[in-house]
Amino acid sequence: MENCGLHCTKIEDLSVKIENEYIIKNINLELHCNELTMIVGRNGAGKTTLLKAILGEIEHSGNISFFDMKENKKKKIKIGYVPQKLNIERDMPTTVYDMFASYISNKPVWLIKDKKIYKKIKESLKIFGADRLIDKRVGNLSGGELQRVLLSIATTPVPNLLILDEPVSGVDRNGTKDFYEILSKLKKEYDMSIVLVSHDLDLVKKYADKVILLDKEILKIGTAYDVYKSKEFIERFGEV
Amino acid sequence: MEIIYNILEVILPFDFMKYAFMKNAFLAILLVSPIFAIIGTMIVNKKMAFFSDALGHSALTGIAVGMLLGMTNINISMIIFAVLFAIFLNFIKNKTTYGADTIISVFSSIAIAIGLAILAQSGNFNKYSSYLVGDILSISETEIIYLFIAFIFTIAFWYFMFNKINVVSLSKSTAKSKGINVNFIENLFAVIIAIMVMISIRWVGILLINSLIILPAASSRNISMNMRTYHLFAVLFALFSGITGLIISYYTNIPTGPMIVIISGIIYFCTFGIKKIAMKSK
Repeated sequence: MENCGLHCTKIEDLSVKIENEYIIKNINLELHCNELTMIVGRNGAGKTTLLKAILGEIEHSGNISFFDMKENKKKKIKIGYVPQKLNIERDMPTTVYDMFASYISNKPVWLIKDKKIYKKIKESLKIFGADRLIDKRVGNLSGGELQRVLLSIATTPVPNLLILDEPVSGVDRNGTKDFYEILSKLKKEYDMSIVLVSHDLDLVKKYADKVILLDKEILKIGTAYDVYKSKEFIERFGEV
Repeated sequence: MEIIYNILEVILPFDFMKYAFMKNAFLAILLVSPIFAIIGTMIVNKKMAFFSDALGHSALTGIAVGMLLGMTNINISMIIFAVLFAIFLNFIKNKTTYGADTIISVFSSIAIAIGLAILAQSGNFNKYSSYLVGDILSISETEIIYLFIAFIFTIAFWYFMFNKINVVSLSKSTAKSKGINVNFIENLFAVIIAIMVMISIRWVGILLINSLIILPAASSRNISMNMRTYHLFAVLFALFSGITGLIISYYTNIPTGPMIVIISGIIYFCTFGIKKIAMKSK
């Protein structure tokens, strides 16, 4: 699908304050469909907080609205979210099927393994090359495998806005590159805006349509080329 | 009930089954242990063991508060107090940055101290001290019917709500993005634990109730590969230790509650051993 430009997430004056200290401040931002926006910044710059505020998980001031220009009105859009980590331990008896089915079905996973749902999950996982993981325990997956499974869950059903908080460790360089390839494909194939917190500056340069440099406030926003040569960026990360 | 008693005598033609109190205790165990086993699976996954323990301790406070208010039915005051206590704990936990275990410990200690203070001051402590260890042999027919209703209710709740509780336990943010009311689910789960603990505490005892919740699930977790076996083994272990505990206590004069817990403990260490052996052979 070509850039339809009809869906948009608009963030106005967003601030999050915890115990009288601003975690993020005065964020103004538009996210368009068919656009891959990547957020970079040092540790503690408020990247995850910004994502959670967009999700509506933490209290914030300011406005977040979702437009559907086709009908020219604000409406609820579907959001997919890939978390940085799960509350899961190695020996937890939760398989990929158990986890996935809990999200998409109301049939209790402790009682029945539904064949239809099993098939559907397998197909969804296959898009991301993860169908062989379906009977593995979630706690035993590698970082890269878990990321694909979570992405598969986040895109079933296909959301309008996909939010990803990239894990700091556990995924190797090639894995991250493959993952960004998948995101680029997703963006083109579906009518979807994607926003991603990333830690790999080289890959951001290659894949991002728009880069945001965050440090409590948006210091710089634009193409990777523009942001990377700004003095704010070089102060924090040097020349990339 | 007569029919059920007769069936029990036919299926289990042992001399201990001649007594009505043993039949009642047997039925109570058949109802209570699966409930705690299945709720326990999620309590263990969500690392809420300390939470359910604190709820058990709040029973004394519920009794004391009910007495102060002049309520005739202590059970109701216990349940109301425990439900409020559970919701309050959840609320505080979400508001602070301390570890949940610290918060729970603070409120659990305060609750039990207030309960003991009121009961001792009014000279009623001895009357309720049996709540500490519980006495499953004193359960009556009517109370078994209440347990049966609670049993059906819990199974229905688990059938319809489990997937949502599971999703919330994996990642609150992802659950939120899928449009699930995270706080509602968390509170609902806490309230169900509170009600079930309060309904059974008189038979199981404040000091032992948490072992019935945690041990079967923890044992099952050692050897389970997915959610279905996790639940199945937890229920089987709970029933096995409940029934054998009752029978052994009949012949040895050891109180039933502690005997059940001892057997659950033995099962836990067996499964732990199996897990270690399985890991080595991989």
